[in-house]
Amino acid sequence: MTAKISITVTVNGTAQAADVEPRLLLADFLRENLDLTGTHVGCEHGICGACTVLMNGDSVRSCLTFAVQADGAEVETVESLGSIDELGPLQQAFREKHALQCGFCTPGMLMTATDMLRKYPLETDDDIRDGLSGNICRCTGYQNIVAAVRSAADKRDGK
Amino acid sequence: MSPPDDIDLTRPQFIGAKVMRREDPRLLAGEGNYVADIKRHGMLHIAFRRSDHAHALITNVDVSAAQAMEGVVAVYTGADITRLANPYQATSRMKNYQATFIPPLAVDKVRYVGEAVVAVVAISRYVAEDALALVELEYESLAVLVDPEEALKPDAPKLHDDLESNILAAREFARGEVAEAFADAAATAGGRFHFTRTTPVTIEARASVAEYDKGTRTLTLHCTTQIPGIVRDKLSEIFDLPGPRIRVIAPDVGGGFGGKTSLYSEEIVACAIARDLGKPVKWVSDRMEDLMTTGNAFDEIVDAEIAVAEDGRILGVKADVIGDVGAYSIYPWTATIEPVQVVSFLPGPYRIANYAARVRAVATNKTLTGAYRGVGRPISVFVMDRLLDMAARKIGMDPAEIRRRNLVNDDEFPYKAASGLVWDKSAFQACLREAADGIGYDELRREQAAARADGRWVGIGVACYAELTGVGSRIAVAPGMPINTGTETCNVAIDSTGAVTASFGLASQGQGMETTLAQVVAEELGVKVEDVDIVLGDTASVSHGTGTYASRGAVFGGGAGILAAKAVHEKIVRVAGHLLEAAVEDIETGNGDVRVKGTDKSMTIRDLARALYSDMGRVPKDMRDEIDNLEATKVYDPFFGTTTSASHMCLIEVDPETYKVEIKRYIVVEDCGRVINPLIADGQAHGGVAQGIGVALMEEVIHDKTGQVLTASLVDYVVPSAVEIPSIDVVHVEAELPGTVGGFRGLGEGGTIGAPACIANAISDALSPLGIEIMEIPATPERLFRLVEAAKAD
Repeated sequence: MTAKISITVTVNGTAQAADVEPRLLLADFLRENLDLTGTHVGCEHGICGACTVLMNGDSVRSCLTFAVQADGAEVETVESLGSIDELGPLQQAFREKHALQCGFCTPGMLMTATDMLRKYPLETDDDIRDGLSGNICRCTGYQNIVAAVRSAADKRDGK
Repeated sequence: MSPPDDIDLTRPQFIGAKVMRREDPRLLAGEGNYVADIKRHGMLHIAFRRSDHAHALITNVDVSAAQAMEGVVAVYTGADITRLANPYQATSRMKNYQATFIPPLAVDKVRYVGEAVVAVVAISRYVAEDALALVELEYESLAVLVDPEEALKPDAPKLHDDLESNILAAREFARGEVAEAFADAAATAGGRFHFTRTTPVTIEARASVAEYDKGTRTLTLHCTTQIPGIVRDKLSEIFDLPGPRIRVIAPDVGGGFGGKTSLYSEEIVACAIARDLGKPVKWVSDRMEDLMTTGNAFDEIVDAEIAVAEDGRILGVKADVIGDVGAYSIYPWTATIEPVQVVSFLPGPYRIANYAARVRAVATNKTLTGAYRGVGRPISVFVMDRLLDMAARKIGMDPAEIRRRNLVNDDEFPYKAASGLVWDKSAFQACLREAADGIGYDELRREQAAARADGRWVGIGVACYAELTGVGSRIAVAPGMPINTGTETCNVAIDSTGAVTASFGLASQGQGMETTLAQVVAEELGVKVEDVDIVLGDTASVSHGTGTYASRGAVFGGGAGILAAKAVHEKIVRVAGHLLEAAVEDIETGNGDVRVKGTDKSMTIRDLARALYSDMGRVPKDMRDEIDNLEATKVYDPFFGTTTSASHMCLIEVDPETYKVEIKRYIVVEDCGRVINPLIADGQAHGGVAQGIGVALMEEVIHDKTGQVLTASLVDYVVPSAVEIPSIDVVHVEAELPGTVGGFRGLGEGGTIGAPACIANAISDALSPLGIEIMEIPATPERLFRLVEAAKAD
């Protein structure tokens, strides 16, 4: 086995130091080392988007990112968006619009949408669909996810 | 048929309400508990070395180097598992059926690419996967059968030496005089239809965590299954353990769609290893494994023809179906479930007097096929509704009109379809009418004419279907299976803290059943929805239950839940009559309280439970002896089941440059009986249609001629994203309720049943100026390009 490398990653505001194998995926670092199992792994080849997290403010596939690449970075996961007792506004919109069924793609959807809501005007629903096109949901047919992101965008814009 | 008199339908307080899902907060906060999230002290990890041959003898297995690798704890071969697990197969009483043994790890021979051969157990998944490369396997190639028409020939090499042939099942259906019907026809239409192979692609791939407690000799399996009860019962035989010492738990499961309704080799291997080592073990499938091994779907060739009269009446239909079922007959459904269902549902909601059909299920060197959303019926509807459109074109009749003339009318129910299935009663005609109204059919036809005049390829699709849901004990879900899929159990219990728990043999994979079943039980019991805890997916909770599949959850769970809650309600009322000094007829419940009607005398159910269980003296002994407890277990058997029906309509346009099909409008009008939760009902239709769109336009499992899977990544097996799926209008027709307890019909699969036919009809309509009929799906840009090029060359 390869020698381990020391890294420090700030995850949801808390600095996390660890010695990890260079091949350890960021997804596995979050799930196995930090017990943050909200980040899901759906395909391990960067297509489904279930593992999406934010790294230094940009959405990344944590299944295609090594933990060592996150050394010194700020990582945000679904656990940062709210709690069971106090859902964040985007999570609340997902609930109200029935934008999830099995919930497996949901953390990735939420993180991608968080990125979109921070950066883009999302003027049309087509903009939202384009933004979500890298996240696969097999349950909802996307319609209610689009509606939830629309609702969150409207709230963001004070509409 | 009307609902039984003794079920109170007059006060829907929660049924029909848009109750937000109780599952959501945990799933949204990342606090769900999926199998891959489970950790145990000392847990080991399994990785599988899989066959890269489609058909070969295993001539040598050398695991010594893998075994010697640091971090590897054990390595298991087919011979090892044979020692640890009894053999099993999917039996059936159906005539002309041949069962196959399914070795959990291949022994002597491999029969498809991806079949598990060796299991490595190590301290981490990384190490286990490293060690796979050190397993030495030698093979001697055998002739590979990928074409079912070759495989069914009498001289074809056999996949299973002990069987007579590769034809695992054969069946024929006949009604009326088909030859005469065709002789009398004003027009006939038909040809060879091909519905290619797809795969479920749940976003959560399959996974298992198995633990064996040596002290109590108890095996616990957490796995991503839709059928915990069926898995438990079979594991009991495979491991010679009584039911109470095997517990199968399906925690949060990330989608099922039928792909998780079968017993899988990896589940058996994980249990065998956990028991052998006395250590918890975990296996989590990667996506390549999932695409190669999870029960595939569909894959039928159908030669079919229709005969119609001048007025559009269907005179007769004939069909010959070849189903490519892959290497083994899947447990528990058998190789019959998919192809036989194609033939039994092919007549659909139409009046067909003369019908002749044959079906053969043929083994090939491919992944097993199993249940996938719709099971057979997407093909039935694809063939039947394509035939109708082809016939309509020949006699110059509108597609909606030919359906109106042939759909069974309200006054003809119950109607025995040509294959022998009975439609109890369902709003066939109303669904078609409302779909046409909802999408503005006549106006769309005018718009289409204008677009066509401009040379654009714009098409309108129509498809109608009927399905049996909540299928009870009268008819097995798959013909002749030795397991009972016709009943389901619910236990409703109010404990000594006054809390209500309703436990079911069902399991949820995202359908929101914790919410809908709580609505149903709360309604009947007179308590708040949030005060009913729902237990699903745990074999320890009820003595018999099979799980969630075949659009049965609402019918069975709702029905059993109502019956059990009603029995508990009777007990509450009797105790309350004593405690509140009133006649039982004057007692009513609501919001968790018990009241004497028309008075202010009341108490909480919680206090009533305390009075019965704890405060000795408040309820006399003879009453306590009679009541026992505030608990009831009921089994519900809908016997025949009930008919769900729908009409789908869509508007599409084919891009003449890219050949991409854009779906511009889509409407579903369905009769699913009484809607428990409109949010969830609409969501089921959206998701079902989205999967149907994938089947119609994009998804296809492709094998090359050596049996290699060319679509083993999500780059090559393309499922729809947010940009390919339109907004879908869903309308629920409020027709007369079925005779099921609660008046519910199943609705999980319908979207996927109707959409492929609807879209194929729309594309055929768009390209009809070129004389093109869509006979094969998915209608990918490449296929459409080739069809158009060929048509232009003619």
